[in-house]
Amino acid sequence: MKQRMGSGFVKFVTYLILVLGAAFILLPFVWMILTSVKPSKEVLMMPPKWIPSRIQWENYREAFHAVPFFRYFSNSVIVTVCITASELVTTILASFAFARLEFKGKNVLFLLLVATMMVPGEILVIPNFVTLARLGWINTYKALVAPWGASVFSIFLLRQQFASIPESYYKAARMDGCGDFRYLFTVMVPMSRPTIVSIALLKIINSWNSYLWPLIATNSREMRTLPVGLAYFSTEAGVSYNTLMAFSLMIILPTLIVYLFTQKYIIRGVSRTGLKG
Amino acid sequence: MKHKWFSKAWLYLFPALLILGVFQIYPIVQSFLMGFYTNFDYLEDIVYEWGTDNFVKLFHDADFRLAIKNTCVLTFLAAPLSILASLLFAVLLNSDIRFRKVFQSIYFLPFVTSMVAVSIVWAWMLNKDYGLVNSILKIFGISKVAWLTNPKMTIPILVVLSVWKGLGYRVIIFLAGLQGIDKQYYQAARLDGARPVRRFFHITVPLLRPTIFFLSITTIIDIFKTFDEVYVMYSNQPGPLNSGLTIVYYIFNKFYRHWEFASAAAASFVLFLMILAVTLFQFGVVRVKRWMDERREHL
Repeated sequence: MKQRMGSGFVKFVTYLILVLGAAFILLPFVWMILTSVKPSKEVLMMPPKWIPSRIQWENYREAFHAVPFFRYFSNSVIVTVCITASELVTTILASFAFARLEFKGKNVLFLLLVATMMVPGEILVIPNFVTLARLGWINTYKALVAPWGASVFSIFLLRQQFASIPESYYKAARMDGCGDFRYLFTVMVPMSRPTIVSIALLKIINSWNSYLWPLIATNSREMRTLPVGLAYFSTEAGVSYNTLMAFSLMIILPTLIVYLFTQKYIIRGVSRTGLKG
Repeated sequence: MKHKWFSKAWLYLFPALLILGVFQIYPIVQSFLMGFYTNFDYLEDIVYEWGTDNFVKLFHDADFRLAIKNTCVLTFLAAPLSILASLLFAVLLNSDIRFRKVFQSIYFLPFVTSMVAVSIVWAWMLNKDYGLVNSILKIFGISKVAWLTNPKMTIPILVVLSVWKGLGYRVIIFLAGLQGIDKQYYQAARLDGARPVRRFFHITVPLLRPTIFFLSITTIIDIFKTFDEVYVMYSNQPGPLNSGLTIVYYIFNKFYRHWEFASAAAASFVLFLMILAVTLFQFGVVRVKRWMDERREHL
């Protein structure tokens, strides 16, 4: 009897902590949503009014018109799509070379690449800016995409996956006269779909949210991505909080939707990252 | 098989190596060299003079010393707290509970969310006069706190934000580690009458050590690089009285605002060395530990 009461109490505390944690994580999201639909005079009420008396959708229209929202949105989409596509191509090809092909200096090259994973991206910002300035690419899509078109981390992840496919398949395919390129895209890529999807999703989320690089690499309004546009908008004078929250929500909504539908892949991809340590 | 002078592997590697070479490997070398440029023309790529002046100046710059201090204090507070909090939540989620997936999904939300959007909401919640946080505190009779203008509050806010942001990611990594522990250890310990707390410290923690090490490194490095939230939350300022001036903020400021490429490169090289030191230190600890374990077995 005592045992049972004890475990019931443990259960209660466990759920209590989990729920409090969830509330802590969700609070900013909830507050963002509630503020984004509040009528202007209810935004600055003390004590705050949690539930708005009516839903004011105009805040969204206002946010949409206050900035060239469509332009920022298209920029973000273009940059995200190009980075992800480019990364997938470079990753698939390079991972195949590392997993199946023989060439001189393979291990040294692989180690060298893995060693660069330790270098923080922030260090690359200045030399990359100089390189792109010399190419005359600053403030173009090329500058926003090119530096991120390949990633050692993704190559590392996909190489592991490719290497786990039995080599006998490869030998059999070669005997049947199937070339490397065809083998890669008709056998290895389809067999590795979950890993490739995880890599792509993590990249989409990262590129969509990235801030420091697009801030530095652009200097006109027309080239800003959504996070850069939002950050500038938030410092403008006379911006009301409901508009600001509506804008913020419109930025995070696409990634939230992607996340809700593809959670399994994202979480799988992330939990793999921990295994490399 | 004949050894060809040119393997077609290089064709497969070419696109990746081109991008990585130009935008990742070359910049590492370049940022190291740029730190030593004392007189140069960056567009023409002509260096007139080399020297260690940038590094000397850097360490005489009170702002840089403050940036290092702030970054270290922030890391020292936020990293252990983040890891302990996520370990706690992972262990709770790993027990036999309902809605595990739901909790996990909620905790992970900040990971997929734009840090800019998040920083703006936090700034709004921390607003002194109309913010949600002060209004909640008022219920408990606590008077208004000037969260964003009191320099003493900057580091605590950044600590909370970094715990908030990374909780889900770390919980997932810990869960993967926890699920790798063989259940038999727990059954054996239970038969021996070991209580949950004992089981946690004698089975979970030792077997989770590789995961804890991995997360310590990545968490420390992550917090070292704090920038977005400071820049956005404090409206393009490094917090009141520079209380939120981090190393990356310092680099950004030198580079983007003052156009001082060489000092910025020198500062970013210092950041790199700090990260390298953390990584090597942790690897060193792991190796020493392994060596000690082996010796103990021999005795």
